[in-house]
Amino acid sequence: MYDIDAIYEAKSVSDAVRLRQEHPRAVIIAGGSDVLIKIREGKLAGAELISIYKLDELRGVSMDEDGTLRILPLTSFSHITANALLREHIPVLCEAADVVGGPQVRNIGTIGGNISNGVTSADTASTLHAWDAEVELTGANGVRRLTMREYQVGAGRVDLHPDELLTAILIRRERYEGYFGRYIKYSMRAAMDIATLGCSANVRLSPDRCRIEDMRLAFGVAAPTAIRAHSAEAAARGAAVCGATVDACAAAALQDVSPRTSWRASKEFRLQLTRELTRRALKDAIIRAGGEL
Amino acid sequence: MSVGKSVKRVDAYDKVVGRARYTDDFYEREPLVAKVLHSTIANGRVLKIDVSKALEVEGVVKVVTCFDVPDTQFPTAGHPWSTDPAHQDVADRRLLTDRVRYYGDDIAAVIAKDEISAARALAAIAVEYEEYEPLLDPIDAMREDAPRLHERFERNVLAHSGYENGDYAAATAEEGLLVHDGWYSVPTVQHCHIENVCSYAYMEGGRIVVVSSTQIPHIVRRVVAQALDIPWGKVRIIKPYIGGGFGNKQDALYEPLNAYLTTLVGGRCVKLELTREETFTSTRVRHAMRFHIVTHYRRDGRFVARRLEGYSAQGGYASHGHGVIAKAASAFAQLYDDEAATKADVYTVFTTMPAAGAMRAYGIPQITFAMESHVEDIARSLSMDPMELRRLNMMKPGFYDDFSKNRNYYDSLGECIKKGAQYIEYEAKRARYADETGDVRRGVGMSIFWYNTAVWPISLEASACRLVLNQDGSVQLQTGETEIGQGADTVFAQMASHTLGIPFEDVHVVSTHDTDISPFGTGAYASRQTYVAGMAIRRSAEELKEKILRHAQRLSGVEQALLDIEDGRIVRQDTGEALMTVGDVATETLYSMTDAEHITAEGTQQCKSNALSMGCAFAEVEVDIPLGKVRVLNLVNVHDAGVLINPQLAEAQVHGGMSMSLGYGLYETLQFDPKTGRPLNGNLLDYKLPTTMDHPHLEARFVEFYEPTSAYGTKALGEPPAVPAAPAIRNAILHATGVAVNEAPMTPHVLFKRFSEEGLIGR
Repeated sequence: MYDIDAIYEAKSVSDAVRLRQEHPRAVIIAGGSDVLIKIREGKLAGAELISIYKLDELRGVSMDEDGTLRILPLTSFSHITANALLREHIPVLCEAADVVGGPQVRNIGTIGGNISNGVTSADTASTLHAWDAEVELTGANGVRRLTMREYQVGAGRVDLHPDELLTAILIRRERYEGYFGRYIKYSMRAAMDIATLGCSANVRLSPDRCRIEDMRLAFGVAAPTAIRAHSAEAAARGAAVCGATVDACAAAALQDVSPRTSWRASKEFRLQLTRELTRRALKDAIIRAGGEL
Repeated sequence: MSVGKSVKRVDAYDKVVGRARYTDDFYEREPLVAKVLHSTIANGRVLKIDVSKALEVEGVVKVVTCFDVPDTQFPTAGHPWSTDPAHQDVADRRLLTDRVRYYGDDIAAVIAKDEISAARALAAIAVEYEEYEPLLDPIDAMREDAPRLHERFERNVLAHSGYENGDYAAATAEEGLLVHDGWYSVPTVQHCHIENVCSYAYMEGGRIVVVSSTQIPHIVRRVVAQALDIPWGKVRIIKPYIGGGFGNKQDALYEPLNAYLTTLVGGRCVKLELTREETFTSTRVRHAMRFHIVTHYRRDGRFVARRLEGYSAQGGYASHGHGVIAKAASAFAQLYDDEAATKADVYTVFTTMPAAGAMRAYGIPQITFAMESHVEDIARSLSMDPMELRRLNMMKPGFYDDFSKNRNYYDSLGECIKKGAQYIEYEAKRARYADETGDVRRGVGMSIFWYNTAVWPISLEASACRLVLNQDGSVQLQTGETEIGQGADTVFAQMASHTLGIPFEDVHVVSTHDTDISPFGTGAYASRQTYVAGMAIRRSAEELKEKILRHAQRLSGVEQALLDIEDGRIVRQDTGEALMTVGDVATETLYSMTDAEHITAEGTQQCKSNALSMGCAFAEVEVDIPLGKVRVLNLVNVHDAGVLINPQLAEAQVHGGMSMSLGYGLYETLQFDPKTGRPLNGNLLDYKLPTTMDHPHLEARFVEFYEPTSAYGTKALGEPPAVPAAPAIRNAILHATGVAVNEAPMTPHVLFKRFSEEGLIGR
């Protein structure tokens, strides 16, 4: 039994926007794999909900005319994983979506919910951040576009206005073309777990595959939100494809994180993971890009 | 004749199609719902509870606090009652308590028309406490100045026991002996049965009926009556199918409170179902323990003298208490044989943690992790094959224990080791992985273990069985022993079929236990049921068969001595001729105008023996050193559980136990905040029960030596499978990396720390 005060079923995006305005206290529910847990725990007990789950117009993945990949927010993790466009252009996002929870959660949970909860452990958030994704927010006054960095304000908080709805996740062509990535989720068990650290790296190599033209690296659970590792990225850009570069990036990544000791893991262990996962993710990304190490 | 065959479970179909009914499936109409208010401090006293706001919540029927309940103290452990007061369990529980002894203790309860109203009412209760420091370590809790959890137990010691076989001081005075000295620790873990703790209670005919997910209906009846201070016959317990227990439900948990609550609402049906979080923090756990082991040994590896000190974290209430570490101490003395002396001192100490009770293998997973880590390290220091060192010192065939009268009839350990080593290619892999280098390394390890069957002579062992013959020659089989998912009903039916000579399908097991109807038995624990119920089933089946044959003689005119039952038919043994069916005998006899009789048999069999049930595990692992991760590549358990009644079910038992030991070794630990004593990870996300993805192939092998004391040659297999994998994995990690880890679980946190200390990380 869930302690739910009221539930409003949105019929369209504009209807959802209207409901948001009419019921400012209400929480948006999509798949419910986070919201229902919070209700059960009592954190959201007695909540009013606006359900957008039936809005099929917000499901699927397509490509805009300019080559921008448009991922609609109600696409479930399992549909992200199986999507042909994503498998072709950003297979690493398919992999990241495939390590969320277990099969049931991946069938009900949505990519939009994953990034809009604002939790740092969201498996798709670090990868979207690492691919310079943008979000499209639709409200009463039209549409806003934000980068992932702008959207993630803090732990559990995103920059979503009280009348707004996340209506798309966008990745521009120049942000994915020629890039190859790898996401490593480090967790205490092989499934049904949240990350101790998530590391998403991708590279674009020079035509001869001897030099790293660009490298982008993001972490989940290294800070209150998913973050980019700018020192590590700088250390890679323009560097030769070799073990020393990988090691230098791994060392530089330590400058980009500032973990703390908690009962979940010690600071020292988190730093060890930062270094080791950076090394492994970058190495795999380079190999996927055709580089040799 | 189905003993020894992998017949299909009697409950398979109903369970697969979802027809089998569990506690939560029975309500005829909506019950009232009860919820318990748990303390939010670990140690202290409730000064005041304000329930006025809770009473205003819509749908609330009743709120009861620790200041309202009777002052009766009662024991909860699922032990057979002892009529000797000196052997009775410690009575230290009240239905609700103002003296808070762990974070999550029961201080008030709400009865409401539904779950939401009850939850809202709980949130509206205001509590004032006086708070004392949490005590989370048994050795720390023994401090002179530590607050006492129970006034009558000084230094929080619930009990201390020990033994000295031989003269330890004299033995260790011998010159030239080598010494190994180590400390080991094992965690608090929870059973994690699928079905949460759940019961409902109502009154009928002036009596209280409690339907509960329990392993021990007859014992729960006694405890409920003691808790409410009413005659035992006023309580009726019904136990339907249950979704696992693993020892947690070998305690009276919330049945006494549930019974009390129905009396507050005029006997209306009240349901009390715990959440998973409550099951973690407010039922029972396995005792965390710390051990100190010292071994004095010769250069050839022979043990001369060993010493054990053990400290068991009891939690806030006595529950099963000292019996658990006392059993661990028995294993210490018996698994290995010392040339001169063995000495042990073990303590059970109250701590501000969930009460520790029974959990699959009762102290033996704890001591085996410590002992088998210790022995492995001795082998390593001697550069000796760990298998050889064990063979040299382990219990020999012919061993006899004067207390339990247990005899080691065969070389069970030796044969199990042989099979396990062969399966995993132990010797070849020891050599292949001897000098592993690099970030990712492989190794193999092993562990042996000791276990025994049932609880004689420490407690009563008796079991009753009733057989009722139907007109068609089939029978109803009832015992006092419970099906808790392990397959008991099926093997009971196999035994009855075997002795009676009727087809397996003709034995109808009455699975539901109802203390008004079922014969007496103490229930599912101590790996006892197949062994002890087997004796009762055989006795009643022989009696029933004798009656059937007597009537067959009357009906056929053939001497009873010449008759036997085969496949449901009365057969002349001299000619092999089938004279009639058992159904013919039953029908003719039941409706006889001259000799009418309903053929039944019922009796109690007391068991005055106890059988050793031992074996081993071998593990092969791959260790990713920089990530502190262990992947188990291969795992095998080998058991001598005597003759297997149902090999497929036996294998399933072993798989489940191996999985638990894998979790014990690598994943599971219930953690507490050192400052507040609050459980940190009492849920299935943060408590890392391994998933199917974390398991290797689990291989179960058997050595089948016929157990002479057993009705069907069988002995313990319920619990032993949960023992040896954890230390085998630990020893495989040692083989792979050279790093000895003396605490379980060996999580990445622990391994990272140990690998850093040993210089494998951060070079």
